[in-house]
Amino acid sequence: MLGVFRRRKLMCQQLVELITDYLEDALPRREARVFEAHLAMCEHCSEYVVQFKATIAATGRLDADTIEPHVMDDLLSAFRGWFDEGPDLRSAGVDPDLR
Amino acid sequence: MGDEELLARLRARDEQAFRELVTRYQHSLVSVARGYVSTRASAEEVVQETWLGVVRGIDRFEGRSSLKTWLYRIVINRAKTRGVKENRSVPFASIGSDDEQGASVDADRFDGMGMWRETPEAWGADPVGLITATETLACVDETLQRLPEQQRLVVTLRDRQGWTSAEVRDALGLSEANQRVLLHRGRTKLRAALDQHLRGQEG
Repeated sequence: MLGVFRRRKLMCQQLVELITDYLEDALPRREARVFEAHLAMCEHCSEYVVQFKATIAATGRLDADTIEPHVMDDLLSAFRGWFDEGPDLRSAGVDPDLR
Repeated sequence: MGDEELLARLRARDEQAFRELVTRYQHSLVSVARGYVSTRASAEEVVQETWLGVVRGIDRFEGRSSLKTWLYRIVINRAKTRGVKENRSVPFASIGSDDEQGASVDADRFDGMGMWRETPEAWGADPVGLITATETLACVDETLQRLPEQQRLVVTLRDRQGWTSAEVRDALGLSEANQRVLLHRGRTKLRAALDQHLRGQEG
């Protein structure tokens, strides 16, 4: 990606590939400034970045619903039963879950 | 309550701690499992088995990884095993593959100079309001399930579940750069799917 910045100019096609790097703070400072300068000048990329961020926000809202009460009730009653049954001896020793 | 405290309380058979753990992780565990098995009901069963494994294994859990890393390893292992047994054929065509190369945005969208051919059409005055619509979220959820495995896991854990990049790298054994590439490709495909979805509604 370094080559992208050699000319200190960033094309739209390059910018769209760098959005996550930018958001993750993974771009060196100078390159982040080139990114920001492009964005300030380019309404197309600005719109794209707005949509990109909205997409991230939407993904974060997927699990906003609460757990349905019957699912929780089932799990809680199972929880009591599981402890009463004691540990699962079949898998003792070589349990792949325990790492 | 942090995971450490939850773990201690779970070891003490604290039901409230279990309730908290389920509230925190149930949805995203089902969503992770869903990518490997053929039905949602099947994914829910895998998660139920996962909780059972957690409760039964809690005293032997050595805490070398974090509680949530452990949880996701269990669910991924179990869902994979179950998927193989079910001989799961992917319900939707997968969008691309994890080892794909090249640009993530279609090169046709740009001219020879690398500038946009056409402005990306705006999503309206209130993109944030738009994304809270139920149908929009359904579109995101469905598209997420169609991403290739690694992209799906990284986007689910980072953007859906809010993990840090370090946590995801640790859980999935990825390098920092690789994690970012997978995240970016996944997000790019989700944006494109949403774009198409929102235009479809208008037209």
